[in-house]
Amino acid sequence: MIDRWQEVFESLNRNRFRTSITAASVAWGIFMLVILLGVGQGLQNATTWQFRDDASNSIWIFGGETSLPWDGQPVGRSIMFTDADFEQVADLSTVEYKTGRFRRRNNSIVKYKDRYQPFSIRSVHPDHKYLENTIITSGRFINDVDLAQKRKVVVIGTEVAKFLFRGVNPISEWLQIGGISYKVVGVFEDVGSEGEMRMVYIPITTAQLAYNGSNTMAMIMVTVGDATVEQTEALTDRIRSQFARNHHFDPKDSRAIRVRNNVERFAQVQTTFTMIGAFVWLVGLGTVGAGIVGVSNIMLVSVTERTQEIGLRKALGATPASIIWMILLEAVVLTGFSGYVGLVAGVGVIELLVQFMPENDYVRNPEVNFVGALTAMAVLVCFGALAGFFPAARAAAVRPIDALRSE
Amino acid sequence: MIRLENINKFYQVGGKPLHVLKELSLTIETGEYVSIMGSSGSGKSTLLNILGILDDYDSGNYHLGGTLIRDLSETQAAQYRNAYIGFVFQSFHLLPFKNAIENVALPLYYRGISRKERNVTAMDFLDRVGLADRAHHLPSELSGGQKQRLAIARALISEPRIILADEPTGALDTTTSDEVMQVIEAVNASGITVIVVTHEQDIADRTSRIITLRDGAMAVDG
Repeated sequence: MIDRWQEVFESLNRNRFRTSITAASVAWGIFMLVILLGVGQGLQNATTWQFRDDASNSIWIFGGETSLPWDGQPVGRSIMFTDADFEQVADLSTVEYKTGRFRRRNNSIVKYKDRYQPFSIRSVHPDHKYLENTIITSGRFINDVDLAQKRKVVVIGTEVAKFLFRGVNPISEWLQIGGISYKVVGVFEDVGSEGEMRMVYIPITTAQLAYNGSNTMAMIMVTVGDATVEQTEALTDRIRSQFARNHHFDPKDSRAIRVRNNVERFAQVQTTFTMIGAFVWLVGLGTVGAGIVGVSNIMLVSVTERTQEIGLRKALGATPASIIWMILLEAVVLTGFSGYVGLVAGVGVIELLVQFMPENDYVRNPEVNFVGALTAMAVLVCFGALAGFFPAARAAAVRPIDALRSE
Repeated sequence: MIRLENINKFYQVGGKPLHVLKELSLTIETGEYVSIMGSSGSGKSTLLNILGILDDYDSGNYHLGGTLIRDLSETQAAQYRNAYIGFVFQSFHLLPFKNAIENVALPLYYRGISRKERNVTAMDFLDRVGLADRAHHLPSELSGGQKQRLAIARALISEPRIILADEPTGALDTTTSDEVMQVIEAVNASGITVIVVTHEQDIADRTSRIITLRDGAMAVDG
């Protein structure tokens, strides 16, 4: 076995210039494939990163203004949701977690002792933590009892805690929002941007009471478990027609309420990346393929040049199988080795990119996963065998008498 | 050792069959020292190829050491060649990238013998042809006579029953020819059957039996 390898290296070594040129073309193909795969993954990572903050299986419903007359009512009416709307949506079968938001945007001065600063206030239901991927680091999130008793409690982001409390444990401390005192019951982190950690959450019922909202809310957000795109489309249609009935607007009025179906958006992005991924493989394999054709070509030349040698080996007792093995091994070793070099170089460049590329929205953490690299290697060895096949068949067909005939 | 019975061989030349060997019958005993002569086109190379299992024949029987050699697969043919026959060629056919000892050891590689054992045996055979001190030289560093002696050592290493030499001195001058023929005669003296194809009368005269072919048939045997 060792002998067989030795024969392979010997013959590859014999024509070093030709071998290295051929190897370079394969290495280049694999290098490009790896770069394409890595950057493609980076693009996908960047997009997924932008989705990371919010549950990707969610549907958001915003109140808007009517743009079509309906039932004798004028256009330009603003639609505000109520607790009843919320309950109705929450009871729909595919809905998993649900929350309302009292207002869409609201900055208020938050004050603790002599420190104060405006922060965003969100008035929400307990399930909100699932929709925003909120991570409680100490204490707890808003719960049903807070809601039922309209308690004046608050859950603050780590940035808020850092600014107002400066190392003091904020749990059970009291702070003021717009002149009303709230007790801090929890501190949270968020996987999203820093802005998410500058939020302050209070129970929606408390907000409705404190800010003259009676029973209204500006937004309803729900998650739908693992519902399909079709199921969520059916769901949004149903919500739209239900709300049209409750609030007397034209069901075709797309401005009366706005629905953002994240399941659909996420699925679209996924599809796009599946397509990009397939395309990247196609282009990459094409490049590798060109290298492989080069290998096959050069091996054919080499077999033709070595007709005498092959004829002699046969005369001395080489079986056709041993000749085929010799040529196939040469092709596999040549592609395997040069492919490996290309792979390592490609991964190296990707690593450099990760190290030195400034953070941006388009490419994030380009990476070549282990499976991808293994697949590339496997593909390469198969192609190597394929590249060696025709030359090997030609070599096996060499007739010793033709090869050895004296000139 | 060798028994040919009514061998016929055709080649297709320009769509027409060319009758190269015609009802050729021939027996060569173990240990004989035979030369085959004949002008070009007489069929002597074809006969050598058939004897060496490098080519097949269209009808008749060829027995080699009691085995009928007919319709062999390429793999079987390779194995018989390796076991029974040592070849010596006019143009040596040494592998230029292998040194003397590796060239000599090559038949044993195809017999699956370990490198270590091969090299010990190869060294022994190099010594027999007087090339022990050239073991690690490449063929390009050897003279013509040395190359042919190296090729003879390679032919001998598989301990064949027959040596087939195709114009072994064709590329050599008179002095080196003599040198090489002495080695071949020593091989024959050790009991191995030797068949030399040549067109040189003085080479043929050294053998104990001259077979002359003319138009694919036996002309003279004696």
